[in-house]
Amino acid sequence: MSEFRVRTMADMMAAGEQADILFWVGCAGSFDERAQKITKAVAKILHAANLKFAILGSEEACTGDPAKRAGNEFLFQMLAMQNIATLQAYEVKKIVTACPHCFNTLKNEYPELGGNFEVLHHTTLINQLLQSGKISIEGGAFKGQRITYHDSCYLGRANDIYEAPREIIEKLDAALVEMKRSKANGLCCGAGGAQMFKEAENGKKEVNIERADDMLEANPAVVAAACPFCMTMLRDGVKHHNQEQAIEVKDIAELVASAMEL
Amino acid sequence: MIAQILFIALSTVAGYFFIKNLGKIRRNILLGRDIDLSDNKALRWKTMLKVAFGQTKMAARPIPFILHFIVYAGFILINIEVLEILIDGIFGTHRALSFLGGIYDAAIGFFEILAFGVLVACIFFLSRRYILKLARFQSPELKGFANQDAATILFVEIILMAALLKMNAADQILQSRGADHYHLAGSFPISSWLVVPIFEGLNLSDSMLILIEKAAWWFHIIGIFLFMNYLPFSKHFHVILAFPNTYYSNLKAKGELNNMASVTQEVKLMLDPSATAPEGYQAPTSFGVKDVTDLTWKNLMDAYSCTECGRCTSSCPQNQTGKLLSPRKIMMDTRDRLEEVGKNIDANSGTFVADNKTLHSYISEEELWACNTCNACVEACPININPMEIIVEMRRYKVMEESAAPASINSMFSNMENNQAPWQFSPMDRANWTQELNS
Ligand code: SF4
Ligand code: SF4
Repeated sequence: MSEFRVRTMADMMAAGEQADILFWVGCAGSFDERAQKITKAVAKILHAANLKFAILGSEEACTGDPAKRAGNEFLFQMLAMQNIATLQAYEVKKIVTACPHCFNTLKNEYPELGGNFEVLHHTTLINQLLQSGKISIEGGAFKGQRITYHDSCYLGRANDIYEAPREIIEKLDAALVEMKRSKANGLCCGAGGAQMFKEAENGKKEVNIERADDMLEANPAVVAAACPFCMTMLRDGVKHHNQEQAIEVKDIAELVASAMEL
Repeated sequence: MIAQILFIALSTVAGYFFIKNLGKIRRNILLGRDIDLSDNKALRWKTMLKVAFGQTKMAARPIPFILHFIVYAGFILINIEVLEILIDGIFGTHRALSFLGGIYDAAIGFFEILAFGVLVACIFFLSRRYILKLARFQSPELKGFANQDAATILFVEIILMAALLKMNAADQILQSRGADHYHLAGSFPISSWLVVPIFEGLNLSDSMLILIEKAAWWFHIIGIFLFMNYLPFSKHFHVILAFPNTYYSNLKAKGELNNMASVTQEVKLMLDPSATAPEGYQAPTSFGVKDVTDLTWKNLMDAYSCTECGRCTSSCPQNQTGKLLSPRKIMMDTRDRLEEVGKNIDANSGTFVADNKTLHSYISEEELWACNTCNACVEACPININPMEIIVEMRRYKVMEESAAPASINSMFSNMENNQAPWQFSPMDRANWTQELNS
């Protein structure tokens, strides 16, 4: 693959260019070491598809999702308005993000504050790119492998996106196996609603351990995720059961990038 | 004649109290904040027909779906027979609608089958609750009235259906004996083998049978009147409210939390010092939900519609892992508090007198902060109730009015304020991940 540089909107504007699509990286995708790998995979796929994309870099701020869910509407709206102003300054029309929480907030909660953009989750975009032949998956790195997909609450129930990630897995020639709780019945990983940032309340178990039980039962080689927060929770769950040798947790974008040998 | 007068008096009293209590519930629901749900009527009707009438969301659990469907169909269809009972009661006729002939016979036969189905279903329901002790019926919030309520409803239904079958059995023996007043009408596919042999075995006289028939008839209708007046105090009120409640379903993406317009104005003024507030603008006095009257009327209608079935709680990730949070309890608490506020208003000639309690006296911080906002409860509810919204609104009050968030949440807030990320990283490092690709 040809070398490429990930450019910022500011760079492009200075060069008098306009990006086709903004890649919204999100806080986890920017700072979390594991999630950075997902971010890179997405960037490589966008590049391979010949899309002219850019990021906001240091001008991106948290969408405000965890503040809103935790009840701090002031903080949420301040961040949202700041972001909307930035996005409008760059005349952004289309956004792709690898984080379902950013996706949900940008898509559903920004319009009422004046931010109207076409927002796609990376699984939807990748699926479109595969369908239109802009990218294709060669070889059979995952042929016949048991892959189970963990539905992120903010893609699935929140936005009714169940099929795009599954269609991608099928295109990998993998054997898609479902956990006992999936799609609309999928069990949360335990991170949403700002739980990621606090200790759990007293109880019998952590939610991610309960979810790890479901994963083990499905007996997959790979658990596919589509959210950087699910990624953290699921990996911890797998580790809790000492199964990290047997079960890999990978983002859909990583699976596609590795099948494309990017 | 006396019977007719008594019947008319009884139905008037029953109707009066029923309507009076409906009015009270309506008043209580309208104590909520206004929210405009008058859009998209076509889709709303469709949703109601599908979810309430067609019970599509019940199908996720097949056994209770089938059992409940029988009781539901019985409830709606057997009530057609109540129409005849009303006519007979007022005019002293016997089976006034039997002039319909074949259709009538078929209908009565069908109602008998349904009645028997309801009876059997209720026995199944009772055993699921009290013998098999299904997990979702053992939660702490069901202790006391809620459990008793469930048992009462099921017993009453069984008794009512039994009365109907007894009445029909006595009736058909009288018909076959050609007793006065009892002309041939109806068909009785169930009572003819279930009850008739017993009566015949007892060798009952005509007058005895007439007594049984009349007694069962009165028992049935009085039972229905009592049941009707019990509804407004019971989870069984869902038989009525499920319809409007699904009509007013949320039609937006489930992930979207409502925008607080009151905050938008404040934030705009804060971000732009040169901006001026619109003419007549008044800064909001409080944010979030402190008491039930701060919820929307839809939240309050949700609370009165809740069937306490526990599907929400049994799909809640936090409840399944042993935490205190139970979305069903959120709905029950909301209803209990609203009833309390309503009674307070009644007792104080129309105005609420502060009682040192709020919705937060019922729902603890431990419950509120456990929620994942995962929408599993919303998805699971067979009548589109949204417990999650109440939780988030109460968090808003905790955070914006009392600054009472857990310490780790507060430090997340300050990170977001200072670094535009929930963690303590510098915004300047946001694009560091590109270094490897760009080198
Ligand atoms: S949204 Fe909250 S209350 Fe509802 S199921 Fe999820 S964690 Fe439980
Ligand atoms: S909120 Fe819905 S799912 Fe939960 S108990 Fe009430 S009716 Fe059942």
